[in-house]
Amino acid sequence: MARRRQDENAGELFTRRALVLGGAGLGAFGVLAARLYKLQILEAERYRGLSDDNQFNFQLLPPSRGRILDRNGTPLAENIDNFRLLLDPDQVDDLQGLLDRLGAIIPLSDDARQTIIKAVDRRSAFSTVVLAENLDWQAFAAANLHLPKLAGVRPEVGESRQYPSGTSMAHIVGYVGGVPEEAQTDEPLLRHPGFRIGRTGTEKALDGRLRGQAGALKVEVSARGRVVRELPDPATAAIAGDDITLTLDHRIQTFAANRLEGMSAAVCAIDIRSGAVPLLLSNPGFDPNLFANGISSPAYKALLDNDHKPLFNKVLGGTYPPASCFKPVVAMAALQHGVTDGKERIRCTGKTKLGDREFHCWRRKGHGPVDMLGAIGTSCDIYFYEMAKRLGIDRVHDAARVFGFGENFDLGLGGGNDGLVPNQAWKRARFGTSWSQGDTLISGIGQGYLSATPIQLAVMTARIASGRKVVPHLYSDVGQGIGGADGGFEDMALPTQHLAAVHAGMTAVCEAPWGTAFRLGGLDLGDIKMAGKSGTGQVRRISTQERDDRVRRNEELPWKLRDHALFVNYAPADEPRFALAIVVEHGGGGSSVAGPPARDILRELLKEDMKNTASNVPGEALGAENGA
Amino acid sequence: MSTFRVAHLERTLPIAAKLVRINWLLVVLLCLGAMIGVAVLYSIADGSWTPRAAQHGVRFGIFLLLMLLLALVDIRWWMALAYPAYAVALLLLIGVEVVGVKVMGAQRWLDIGPIRLQPAEIMKLALVLALARYYHGLAVERATSIRHMVLPALMIGLPMLLILHQPDLGTAMLVGGTGVAIVFLAGLSWRVITLGAVLGLIGGVAFLVFGLHDYQRARIETFLHPERDPMGAGYHILQSKIALGSGGLSGKGYLGGTQSHLNYLPEKQTDFVFTALGEEFGFIGTLSVLVLYVLILFTGMMVAHRARHSFGRLAVAGVCVTFALYVLVNISMVIGLIPVVGVPLPLISYGGSVMLAVMIGFALVMNIHIHKDMDLPSGQGWLL
Repeated sequence: MARRRQDENAGELFTRRALVLGGAGLGAFGVLAARLYKLQILEAERYRGLSDDNQFNFQLLPPSRGRILDRNGTPLAENIDNFRLLLDPDQVDDLQGLLDRLGAIIPLSDDARQTIIKAVDRRSAFSTVVLAENLDWQAFAAANLHLPKLAGVRPEVGESRQYPSGTSMAHIVGYVGGVPEEAQTDEPLLRHPGFRIGRTGTEKALDGRLRGQAGALKVEVSARGRVVRELPDPATAAIAGDDITLTLDHRIQTFAANRLEGMSAAVCAIDIRSGAVPLLLSNPGFDPNLFANGISSPAYKALLDNDHKPLFNKVLGGTYPPASCFKPVVAMAALQHGVTDGKERIRCTGKTKLGDREFHCWRRKGHGPVDMLGAIGTSCDIYFYEMAKRLGIDRVHDAARVFGFGENFDLGLGGGNDGLVPNQAWKRARFGTSWSQGDTLISGIGQGYLSATPIQLAVMTARIASGRKVVPHLYSDVGQGIGGADGGFEDMALPTQHLAAVHAGMTAVCEAPWGTAFRLGGLDLGDIKMAGKSGTGQVRRISTQERDDRVRRNEELPWKLRDHALFVNYAPADEPRFALAIVVEHGGGGSSVAGPPARDILRELLKEDMKNTASNVPGEALGAENGA
Repeated sequence: MSTFRVAHLERTLPIAAKLVRINWLLVVLLCLGAMIGVAVLYSIADGSWTPRAAQHGVRFGIFLLLMLLLALVDIRWWMALAYPAYAVALLLLIGVEVVGVKVMGAQRWLDIGPIRLQPAEIMKLALVLALARYYHGLAVERATSIRHMVLPALMIGLPMLLILHQPDLGTAMLVGGTGVAIVFLAGLSWRVITLGAVLGLIGGVAFLVFGLHDYQRARIETFLHPERDPMGAGYHILQSKIALGSGGLSGKGYLGGTQSHLNYLPEKQTDFVFTALGEEFGFIGTLSVLVLYVLILFTGMMVAHRARHSFGRLAVAGVCVTFALYVLVNISMVIGLIPVVGVPLPLISYGGSVMLAVMIGFALVMNIHIHKDMDLPSGQGWLL
């Protein structure tokens, strides 16, 4: 009985409270209904508009990338149609199955499959993945035909970058590649599938100008960005990027590349009047097309492992002892500071003593008494030891700086190197030891701590040749106003007779029968004379014992220990037009190894220039002057 | 009079009598709900039975049979299993703490061979059973006393804390809400209710200020100001409201929802299925679904009302409260009334685990409907 009453009491209590709870619940449902009424009836119009905004979207039209041209308008980087297939992974349930079906239609390697699967795993929301690129027309057409079987696959005709000039321009033109994560900004273009930005060289340096501006196309899209259909409504067209014209000459560059075939070399030429750089070649190069389309790792490893460093731009970034090529700078300083009059003769016996250290001339039996003309012409080391000793390192240092050593000429490409011009303060800071006179002596012949990039050597040559503070540049529109055809560069205020003395020495190198580079036989361009200076940069230390015994010849040494062969030259000797510097890594003797290509390339530059100026700009031309 | 009623308390029930007593109205209403689910899932898949619509229907069919089967089981089995089930659920929750699988940053799943189990799902039902079992036969006067409050408070509090720690704020609140509702129906005194409300408010505020995970804080922030971050976390709410609102009175038509078909809706086959429905069927559709849910709940509460034992009343009410909370929380979430919590819409959302839980809940309701006049051994207010 008690239990029954108890149950009834509980039952009544339950009913009362259930009514309270039920009322609350009904009230809650009422609130939902009211809210839905507000949303779906009162505000329906507004949300319908927002829904339309969603449904119709503006799709990004990637701009056509600007081309890169040489000075004659030859394309060095251009765009070709890229037939490709994109994948919207949100539409795909069975990726493996899709790839199987796709593999039956277009060639699809296992590597490519792995890459796609990885990309699908890693992709961020709303993004598509590139399935295949640079398909030929047949494969692309076949894929389009089978599209109904390939849900989620979208064909697209994009653009891909091509470098027709290939290897010889690789360091300057650079290449494009995918956008690395650290370069991502909120710019939507960067998220566009397969969008490429400049990764090296001009492609990177002037990426902003080359890129252009994205346009928009009104399309009906899904939330994932898949286009349902395009609408005929007005769209903004993409604005193509600017074409960039380089000062380089494709023909000269190719000529130089062929001429230096097989050598690890850097060569660079400067138009002395304008500062334009018609030639800048680091050999060997690499094929930028490999990078633009994604290089395979074995190929990349091979490039990295190559001891000729094909990926490295030696012209801007490689540093070498300037060796005897530095002697004209020492000569200029000696004249300027009056430590010699140029006519004074120094006796060369093949060696000189400083304390108990012996310093040798490259010619063991010596040159006898030589004046400045003879010293430059025969590249006598003893003469320049003496000049450096008289000047002291700090004055040598200052002169070197004036001629461009120690200054980074990267032409805006990045990757340049300062090189090194030592002085007393530097050595104290670097090694904590004081500068010795021996250091000064070997600096006098461009060895020791001194190091320079090939482009610094070219700048030095241009400045000595013209007496003006020539600054090189690579982009024709950037160069306007820096130099100019009439030589707008700042005059270095060097006395004419000093310049003349050094010019005479450098001309003797090439033109005097006793000059170190006389064997080259000059330019073989009629009256036009060449001036130059050879250099042989020592890489290893020659021990006293080896010197007493017999100095090993380069051919007996492993490649890495052989001397660097250097050569700088300019022409015409009496009215300098082009300056050139070349370094052949571990090539051996400067005049015998670096000299011939330097002569050939300079001649080619002059011939090309005569051809151009004769047909284009009469009056100002070298050819015209010759004809007069 | 009273003897008359006692005589009607049954001790055994032949299977034929049970079959006759099945509440077919409830079965029809549940089928209606599941059919709406199939229709919406068919539309979401761009008019395709795969991958979800057909499976949803088949699943429901199987679970419906299971439900009827469980409904026919002697109610004393359910009673006997109440505490063990609760103990197992609690152990599983602790198991999740120790060896649970992390899915999307939360540790909610337990891998048992081929099955991945969400113990919180089991706990919802187990708690209902255990509380109903506890209060069964406990005199009202005693049920309201503080002394008899301790055990229910622990029974509710422990799983809540464990689920909170997973972390799954939504489910914790569902479990807690259900438990408190049962205690309330069992006769909690108004004094304690007032006190509890005040303490709960203070505790809730303190939790909001100190105890929230960063992602939970972000969700609340987003909820309060969805327009601040339309492409980020506020995206879901905004897109959901756009879909519902653009549906208008009669919707964009079946298979015609642009928001859902163009993939603007997040989780449209699970948590946001109501939105897809609202876009295609408009206010008429959403209101009909609300009415259907109210009918199911009303049918359920009538079963509770007619049951002649506390266990039946409280267990059915507990299932109804859980069901109602699911619906209310899910719909409030998709129309932007409360922050986004991962709670599906029962019967309509795709997902086997939730549907199984819901159907077992209704199996209990059906079981009690069949056994409403059963003479049950009374509990002592303790564990026996």
